[in-house]
Parts: sequence; structure tokens; C-alpha cells
Amino acid sequence: MSEYIDQNPSGATIGIVEKLFFTFADKPELLRLESGADIGPVTIAYETCGTLNPEKDNVILVLHALSGDSHVAGYYDAKDTKPGWWDIMVGPGKGIDTDKYFIICINIIGSCAGSTGPSSMNPASGKAYATDFPLITIGDMVKCQKALMDHLGINSLLSVIGGSVGGMQVLEWAVRYPDMVKSAIPLATTTRHSALAIAFNEVARQAIMADPNWNDGYYYDGKKPDIGLALARMIGHITYLSDESMRLKFGRKLQNRSALSFEFGAEFAVESYLQYQGKKFIERFDANSFLYITKAADYFDLARQYGQGSLVKAFSNCTSKFLVVSYTSDWLYPTYQSREMVKAMKKNGLNVSFIEIDAQWGHDAFLLPNAHFDSLLRGFLRELPHEN
Amino acid sequence: MKIDPLRYDLQIIASWIEPGAGVLGLGCGEGDLLHWLKKEKNVKESGIEIEESKVVKCIEKGISVLQGDIYEEIEDYPDNAFDYAICSQTLQQVYEPAKLIQSMMRVAKMSVVSFPNFGHYNVRLQLAFTGRAPVTKQLPYAWHDTPNIRVLSLNDFEKFSTRIGFNILKKAAINTTDNHRHGTKVTFLPNLFATYGIFLIGKE
Repeated sequence: MSEYIDQNPSGATIGIVEKLFFTFADKPELLRLESGADIGPVTIAYETCGTLNPEKDNVILVLHALSGDSHVAGYYDAKDTKPGWWDIMVGPGKGIDTDKYFIICINIIGSCAGSTGPSSMNPASGKAYATDFPLITIGDMVKCQKALMDHLGINSLLSVIGGSVGGMQVLEWAVRYPDMVKSAIPLATTTRHSALAIAFNEVARQAIMADPNWNDGYYYDGKKPDIGLALARMIGHITYLSDESMRLKFGRKLQNRSALSFEFGAEFAVESYLQYQGKKFIERFDANSFLYITKAADYFDLARQYGQGSLVKAFSNCTSKFLVVSYTSDWLYPTYQSREMVKAMKKNGLNVSFIEIDAQWGHDAFLLPNAHFDSLLRGFLRELPHEN
Repeated sequence: MKIDPLRYDLQIIASWIEPGAGVLGLGCGEGDLLHWLKKEKNVKESGIEIEESKVVKCIEKGISVLQGDIYEEIEDYPDNAFDYAICSQTLQQVYEPAKLIQSMMRVAKMSVVSFPNFGHYNVRLQLAFTGRAPVTKQLPYAWHDTPNIRVLSLNDFEKFSTRIGFNILKKAAINTTDNHRHGTKVTFLPNLFATYGIFLIGKE
């Protein structure tokens, strides 16, 4: 996920929001992870927008991607200049209308924005978990989100929506808790990583682990593997763009110069952009979290996990209404991967809609303003309560 | 959401659909018919449409729709997945109509097919007197840029039914006016005087 949105272009905003915390799985009731490891206590950071109606049937769960957090929309205080990561979509009168719906966004386990992850304190040692943190899966993330729903007394979700790694969680929700999920909207995602996607993730992980400051993950008392993490982010950003978007955005433009200077600095605009993205990322993200979450995304395989290799079987217990969205220029999770899941849903007689949105901005398109997506999402959500 | 009154030919199709049925719309456009059927007859709808901007309109209305090619998309459905498959005003643009109709007969118990009638007297007169490929209100394209590659008459379709092996259960030959909003049924020499034909077909 990138950070194109530095301000809110429309002006409408949910206003001030607060980050909330929920802690569970305290001893002796630890959380059993998919790997078999037990962990606890687990803290989950989350934010809500809008008002929960008395029937508790207007809940929309927004699931964030690799480097996102619970801060989906609004501002933390009056001086805050940067709105939440999907402020263009979530707010009063917006595609996901906070005047109508109660929106919950949860920081995933393994991340570093308030939820328990490798940078959290390990109660056994009194120090950060670092790489003693157990490996987590998309299923574990969803299990934690479900624990929060139970805590909030919410047992029906009008919609579950998310892109990329967030879209994987959407699919996991629909398969794992079919009775709870009225509709599921996976955006720019896949039921399993291609070799290409795993390859990029592995190169990014190697960049972190090759940083001498990484120290097998035990770096929290000293210098952090900033160079490795920045490099990992730069690799990520290449996959979030596309040939077309890079050509339009940068081409072979030079940065702050009119001629080649025959040196190894950031001469081309694209080099400068990637370096800037890398540098900005290290200020807010933990390198170990990057390793854990990318690994969880690589492990994700709906057919293996729920269908003994068959995607059709994996969706066989689903009852949700699906809206699957892909983007023409997304080369990380290309349209054929969305079509595969749609095919499996159709074979199960599920109510599914699919659209491939024309967009030149690559994988990142799902985070960018798009009039088509705005209006179709609005209509899809509006008609949901009338479904029989 | 307010529902606009249907086009005359779609009204006839809609009148043939049983309430609560499962309906597949092939080349469903902006989803007007499926939307009407969903709201007024409580059908369980699915559409297939290739054009992105039209798919957007369908989803906006709350219609379930898949963006894709009708030949490919129809293949994924199990046998008899629907009560009706509808192919409205598209047959004349389809490359392999026999294959499409056979697929429709597989996935649905009954099908509706409608198309502009190439046997209409206006078509015949144009060709007879000008010697040039006819251009009509119903088939408004010149020969070199038309999507209508398989023009046919009502009689052609009836002949086709015996060739391919399906039963014609109902048929309506119509003339539309006022931008297709209104129309009349044609009973006298329909292959000569009707601008459109609509057929409900079933398995033999």
C-alpha cells in the first residue's frame, strides 16, 4: 500500500477519531495460532467511524493491507494534517458512508501500529519478541478480528471489504465465518500468491535480513535495519505500480537536473521517488513486521487450507454475496487471479459480481480515487439490505 | 431506487418470466430488464456484460453481474442452474449462435431470444430498389461498421429451431414506436411486418 493521499481532496471528513485497544488471550487462555504456537496476551488496535444502529446490522469491516493500520479515516486531533489511509472512501456521504454504516478497521496481528507484533513486549522475557514472535497467517489475523467482534457483541457484518492482503482477509472471513458475513468485497487480491508475488516478497525480505543491523531480528535495543527496510519498500513499490503508471508518472524524467551527471545519485525521477518512499516508510514501520506479514501473505492459499487443493471446494460453505474487483494494470494480482475465484464461486452457485476496473495505476489503483468504483460500491451497499 | 418503465420488447420478455425464478441475462447491458425483474418479480438475477461502464451501471443498481465474454462465462455454470437464460437483441451479433443457444439450453430450463427481423418489408424494399445493404432503425449500421454479423428473419429462426433441436414455446412479433417505449404485436404476416421477434424456447 502506498501513501498517495496526503490530504483529503473532497473536504468532507468523519472528523476526529480515536485509536482503541482490546486485549484478550490472557493466561491461561492463550491464543492458539495456525502454526500450533500459543501466544498471549494479544492486544488489537482498532478504530470505528459512524454509529452502530440498535439492530447492530450496519457494520462494515474494513481490512487493511500489508503496511496499513487501523486509521482508516479522519484525524487524530485538530492539528493532525494527514487523514486515515482510505479517507477518500470512508466518510460522510462517501462510497462507504459513515452517516449510514458503522465502520470498524483493525490493525492486524503481527503489525506494528498498536496490535501485538514482533516489536511488542514478550511477557516471557520482558523484551521485544523480535523473531521469537511466532509466524502468523491470514487466518490468525481474522481469528483476532473475530475475537474483537465477539467482544463488541457484533455477530453480523453487512460487508467485509479490503484490498490486497486486506482482500485475502476478506476471503478468509467469508470462508471461515460464512454465517456472519452478509457480503464480501475482495479488491485487487488473490486466493494465493503466484511465484512472481512470492519472489518479490522474498527479495524484499532478503534485503532486510542482509542489513547488518538486522541482527537476526534482535535490533530493538540498537540501530534498526533501516537500509534493508527502505530497500524492501522500494521493491514493494515497483510491484504496486505498473509499466504504464511509471511511464506516465516518471518516464525518463530527471530529478532536479537537466542533464545526466555521471554519478550514482538518484538522477532519474523514478529513482528519487522510490528512495523517498523507502525513507518515509522506515519512520513508521517495523522491519520484522514486514517479514511476518509478507510471509503470512505468501502462505495464504485458500484452496489448500479449505478445499484440499480445490478452490471450488474451498468456497463450498460460503453464503455471502460477493463483489470481486480487479484492476486492468495490476500485475501483482492480475485479473486472471480474480477470475479464478469468481469461477469457483459460480460453480458453487454463489451470488457473485465481478468487474475489472479500467485503471492505469497498477496494484495501487484500489487506494486511489475512482468515480466508477465509488458509485458501484455505493449502489452495491445500498441494495444489500433488500437482498432476500 | 426508482425503476423506469421497460422498453416494449423487454416488457414482453418480462411478462413471460415466472416470479421468483433464477434468470441469467446474456449481454445484459446496463441491467434494466434484470433490475425490473428483481424488483417487480423477485427473481434471482445474474448478468453477463463485457463493457466495463455498463457493468458499473448494473452493480450500481444492485444487480449481480459478471464482466466477461458470454461464451466463456456461461461455461462455468452447472446444468440447469437457472430457470431462464435471456439473450435480448444480441443473437445477431454473436459469432456462433448455435453454440450459444446450446449453452443456454444447458444452463437454463427455458430461454428467451430476441432479435431485429431482417425479413421486414423495409429491409426487403431497400435491397430491392437501391441494391445496397439495408440500413434501418433496428439495424442502423452501414455494412462496414456493423456489429450485426448474423442478421436473420423470424422464419430463419423457426427453421433454425428444427436444425438445432429446440422447441418454440411462445413467440411474439412486434413493432415498436416512440423510441421503443411503446409497441404493438403483429399477427398479420409477421415476417413481413414485424420489426422484432421474441421467442421463448425450451428443450425438445
